[in-house]
Amino acid sequence: MNADKVLDAKGLACPMPIVKTRKEMKAMESGQVLEIQATDKGASADLTAWAKSGGHDLLEEQIDGDVLKFWIKKG
Amino acid sequence: MSVTAMTAAQVARKVIDNKPLFILDVRNGDAFADWKIEGGNIQYLNIPYFDLLDGVEEVIDQLPNDRDILVVCAKEGSSIMVADMLAEEGVETAYLSGGMKAWSEHLEPVKVSNLKDGGELYQFVRVGKGCLSYMAISNGEAAIIDATRMTDVFLNFAQEKGATIKHVFDTHLHADHISGGRHIAEATGAVYYLPPADANGVTFDYTALESGFEAGIGSSKVEALYTPGHTIGSTSFIVDDQYLMTGDILFIDSIGRPDLAGLAEDWVGDLRESLYERYQALANELTVLPAHFMIMDELNEDGSVAKKLGDLFKENHGLNIADEQEFRDMVTKNLPPQPNAYEDIRKTNMGQITPEDEMQREMEIGPNRCAVR
Repeated sequence: MNADKVLDAKGLACPMPIVKTRKEMKAMESGQVLEIQATDKGASADLTAWAKSGGHDLLEEQIDGDVLKFWIKKG
Repeated sequence: MSVTAMTAAQVARKVIDNKPLFILDVRNGDAFADWKIEGGNIQYLNIPYFDLLDGVEEVIDQLPNDRDILVVCAKEGSSIMVADMLAEEGVETAYLSGGMKAWSEHLEPVKVSNLKDGGELYQFVRVGKGCLSYMAISNGEAAIIDATRMTDVFLNFAQEKGATIKHVFDTHLHADHISGGRHIAEATGAVYYLPPADANGVTFDYTALESGFEAGIGSSKVEALYTPGHTIGSTSFIVDDQYLMTGDILFIDSIGRPDLAGLAEDWVGDLRESLYERYQALANELTVLPAHFMIMDELNEDGSVAKKLGDLFKENHGLNIADEQEFRDMVTKNLPPQPNAYEDIRKTNMGQITPEDEMQREMEIGPNRCAVR
């Protein structure tokens, strides 16, 4: 899946994946897609809940070995 | 203003002693709704940490100033962040050290009773998850029933008491938590027993536990009584003709569910027979010690979970359903959701898979759901 930007949040523990995602998204345009790569397992539930509460769209989620990948479209 | 850490042990003490506490739970709403720290004198506020990144001002108005405030999250990282933000605004809070993971793993040893000749019987209350384990100690020998994954707690406790662990029992193949039984046996040279009917597919050596089996520890004895229904192998234990460990067949305020191995319709008859015939035949004076509790109301004032069998025959709804079809419907229909990762937990307990520690921890997250009410 294509992304306008990729955020490497691998190795970061909660709350940092969300903190960094939020910062990146602020700098993006509505409709653009951010790919987030994380290794913290809690990121899945948290990013889902965060995207929903912020009006963004979690387009896809994949697991690639130990790395969780998310594609979020800015709302 | 400083931020302090509160340990799971300190929180457990507050819960058991019914002390006031205000919990600001900063996990996402689903996680909070599914499973939280419970207690009779706890007030709650759930706001996900990601809604507080711009500031905590909106929260401060909602915090009480007449009780301790504890910030809680899954692992501890975001609770420290939120507690720090509150401290910067002049609000004193603590965070839960190790988060809900630590809460899930904490075991509180509670003495149930003295046994004869200076022996002792302990219940290990896993307050966060509702699991109960037991250690009977007599004349330097110990038997453990339904040990959890946190094996060090049992090994250290026996060592402190100067006891050698001789026998390690599981009442059944657990589906809600990972057993520490065989690991304790490996570490100590004790014998590990499992009901053979539950042991199809286990990949390790065990000693088959048959009804009528009796093990001595010091001056005390542990007897096995076959009581199927939660699983086909479910076995109860009677210690010194006084204490009845019921596993997941009978709880204080509920009864076992027969569906966790996918065979509810097959096992419901066994469950009824165990509850309504086998237990009926036992002495009312036996103290029932189950393998789980479901709600905090089941805890006695001292933190133990125990009640006389005769009282349960009077008070426990699940023991008082005269109509067999009604009983059948209750335990096979409208069952609560199954425990988190229960299939993988069963495989782990059979030795078929060996997830790494962190994964085992994740698998056990959430409440236990072994009962029907």
